[in-house]
Amino acid sequence: MDSSDALTLARLQFAFTVSAHIIFPAFSIGLASFLAVLNGLWLATARAVFLDLFNYWKKIFAVVFGMGVVSGIVMSYQFGTNWSVFSDKVGPVIGPLMGYEVLSAFFLEAGFLGVMLFGRERVGPKLHLLATLMVALGTFMSAFWILAVNSWMQTPAGYAMNDVGQFVVTDWWAVIFNPSLPYRLVHMVLAAYLTTAFVVGAVGALHLLRNRTHAAARVMFSMAMWMAAIVAPVQIMAGDFHGLNTLEHQPAKVAAMEGHFETHAGVPLVLFGIPNAAAGRIDYRVAIPNLGSLILTHEWDGVVRGLNEWPADQRPPVGIVFWSFRVMVGIGFAMLGLGVWSLWMRYRRKLYDAPWLYRAAILMGPSGFAAVLAGWMVTEVGRQPYTVYGLLTTADSASPIAAAAVASSLIAFIVVYFALFGSGTFYILRLMNQPVHGHETGLPPEQPIRAGGIMPGPVMAATHVLPATEQGASS
Amino acid sequence: MTLDLPLIWAGLIAFAVLAYVVLDGFDLGVGILFPLIRGEPHRDEAMNSVAPVWDGNETWLVLGGGGLLAVFPLAYSIIMSALYVPIIVMLLALVFRGVAFEFRWKTQRGKFLWDWAFAGGSTLAALAQGVALGALVQGIPVVGRAYAGGWWGWLTPFSILTGVALVIGYALLGATWLILKTEGHVQRRAYDIAFWVAPATLLLIGVVSLWTPLLNTIYMQRWFAWPQVLLVGVVPLAVLGTGYLLLRGLTERREAMPFLASLLLFVLCFVGLGISFFPHLVPNSVTIWEAAAPDNSLSFLLVGGVVLIPIILAYTAYAYWVFRGKVNAAGGYH
Ligand code: HDD
Ligand code: HEM
Ligand code: HEM
Repeated sequence: MDSSDALTLARLQFAFTVSAHIIFPAFSIGLASFLAVLNGLWLATARAVFLDLFNYWKKIFAVVFGMGVVSGIVMSYQFGTNWSVFSDKVGPVIGPLMGYEVLSAFFLEAGFLGVMLFGRERVGPKLHLLATLMVALGTFMSAFWILAVNSWMQTPAGYAMNDVGQFVVTDWWAVIFNPSLPYRLVHMVLAAYLTTAFVVGAVGALHLLRNRTHAAARVMFSMAMWMAAIVAPVQIMAGDFHGLNTLEHQPAKVAAMEGHFETHAGVPLVLFGIPNAAAGRIDYRVAIPNLGSLILTHEWDGVVRGLNEWPADQRPPVGIVFWSFRVMVGIGFAMLGLGVWSLWMRYRRKLYDAPWLYRAAILMGPSGFAAVLAGWMVTEVGRQPYTVYGLLTTADSASPIAAAAVASSLIAFIVVYFALFGSGTFYILRLMNQPVHGHETGLPPEQPIRAGGIMPGPVMAATHVLPATEQGASS
Repeated sequence: MTLDLPLIWAGLIAFAVLAYVVLDGFDLGVGILFPLIRGEPHRDEAMNSVAPVWDGNETWLVLGGGGLLAVFPLAYSIIMSALYVPIIVMLLALVFRGVAFEFRWKTQRGKFLWDWAFAGGSTLAALAQGVALGALVQGIPVVGRAYAGGWWGWLTPFSILTGVALVIGYALLGATWLILKTEGHVQRRAYDIAFWVAPATLLLIGVVSLWTPLLNTIYMQRWFAWPQVLLVGVVPLAVLGTGYLLLRGLTERREAMPFLASLLLFVLCFVGLGISFFPHLVPNSVTIWEAAAPDNSLSFLLVGGVVLIPIILAYTAYAYWVFRGKVNAAGGYH
């Protein structure tokens, strides 16, 4: 039998497709809220710059969202195609949660997306704001439910087993609000906001480098830097709490993150080094004595369990978890650094004349995506060898499918995703490279045919009078 | 009295799948017809007629799949692994056409590529759905709680026939939708196409309907056993009647009737499928009750369904209302 190859391929396929998917929601959760704020600010202040920014980011949102939807639909069928045993056994628990996600999140997003993108002229500014808020709410609900699913798989609660080996629910409240959900939800939603803030900040910085007086670029850069300065420290704290919670429920994962092989009192904090799983130690270690215990147990001499406490086949792979964790934390502190730097420049009234800050912000533009992916690597690889922690192994979850089938579909996904999402990324970068125009109508210069970009015919006719009429309506 | 939750859910899932088929059916259909609509402005117009609603339409597919996982996990796991290839092909095809909605407007040089992605993706997705349906109707070998066939088991003459039939059927929905939503050149073109695909659809419905009972004795019984033949016989008669309305609507150049008649055709075919299937979910092996998740999973989600589905239908209807009327091409070219 080739079942172990099929398993590895199925894992690769899941990791690839879900990693591709998460990139888009991480951006669109944040962007949807940003758009709602811009829309609200415009209605409240009637300053044209907010409407211009709204229309500018709306076009980018539409592209990101489209890619999020199509990659998400793939995910909802992956469970059945590649993880059919998992689906049969766990379906009674996670299925209804995902059902609620469809009913309360996906329909909400999809139903109001059309109105948000195309319908301002048809429904008027107030209802249009409502539609924008509904889309933002939808993205949040979506994160809530899917994270409830994932968190339950990490820290199962409120279940029993039935006679055909399925998980069944004894307490829905305990299933949904399982021990890791609050931490994961807060940490992920903040991650989405930070990711978006750094993209918006980078675009603002790019246009400020070209023209310091560009009003819209100033507004977006300033808004983004406030987010960085406020949310980055909160995120680090949230991450710390998340880690403590993980220590309680999945100590082996934390041991892998920290690179602890032996159980010790007063463990050091390993900054760098190369995990050597075979020999059970960290080579070339750079560490701060006792800090590990202090962070994890809040005691100088606290005892922390090492990986050697678990039999070899119940330990997660150390290398990936160890490194991904450092990437994420490193980026977290870099984000904090940029936030503090921007506060300092703001204090010195030089926020709009800070070329090096702009360059750093551009460099940090994609950092949120890297941190999100690294964070998920920690989470998912760190819970191996289980899909439902401690109860159902990954090996026992897979479909009885020939390795050749999984291999061909994996290759197809890789080729198609790189080609299509690569093009999408290119188009997004091209949109971002253009400055925000006054009276932004959605009209990139090289597309004379379709002034509205994504607007249907009838809306178009009105687009050109839009800024004037809408300002009139709101004042 | 206790509620038969699995039966209620079978009805709701069937409703979700039907909603998907007719709603995404017409926007996939517009994609299938794309190569037959010449000229950039006309293609823009055709695409604009579905752009604001396609995402909502496709969400019914997620409800169908996700709902199956939630309430009939056993059926979900067997069907998805048995139909591995057509499902993956469908998903990939949907990626192509989904991104085309946005990418097409982002480039002049590459626009033709996204036109092809839209047309090819729509056609392939429809074909894969039809093939998957045919393979399911034909029956899936099951041992214990798992699929017991190979990864090419879905490929048969019957499943290819249903694949082609669904492509033609969606093309009919797409053409009649365009008749309803456009005017001028695109509308005339849609009439021309509909004149071809309407009879073709009716013919294929006939062939599939005659073939299905021959697949196995159980289907034969469900259709021809006395006295229920009197009851189920209404369906083919209704198909004939609807076919007549469709053709008359087209010859009389009515705008709404062809679309409504095409929708009704799909509903009737769906009822026909239900007659063949019931009470099985995986034909001839797993029944609705065997596949169902424990009652408390069913009732938990049912509460949400009862409250939220009407709300969803309401705001979906609102969105269609907001974008009512003709898509006016001229408006796009100031
Ligand atoms: C912008 C994104 C971002 C940033 C800057 C950070 N994280 Fe994070 N982290 C995530 C985005 C993220 C995430 C993508 O949201 C994860 C993956 C799954 C999850 O629950 O959150 C995550 C997981 C995750 C976990 C794994 C929890 C588990 O699987 O049980 C821990 C312990 C931390 N984070 C801790 C931190 C710390 C101490 C940070 C401070 C420097 C930090 N994170 C910065
Ligand atoms: C979206 C962000 C996510 C990312 C980037 C991610 C990443 C990964 C990775 C890298 C693996 C492979 C682990 C390994 O095999 O060593 C994996 C496995 C898995 N993940 Fe996630 N994951 C994410 C979210 C989720 C969510 C929300 C769920 C549940 C609803 C989920 C369910 C699973 C399952 C079932 C596996 C099984 C395969 C396996 O364990 O190898 N993941 N994920
Ligand atoms: C394996 C896990 C996952 C599955 C099965 C899944 C499923 C889906 C599906 C089917 C869609 C399309 C909805 C539509 O038709 O409109 C979607 C979109 C979306 N998903 Fe996921 N998803 C997963 C992981 C995640 C995670 C981890 C998050 C965030 C925390 C997330 C957030 C979103 C959001 C916000 C959207 C809306 C589209 C967008 O924003 O780009 N999903 N997902």
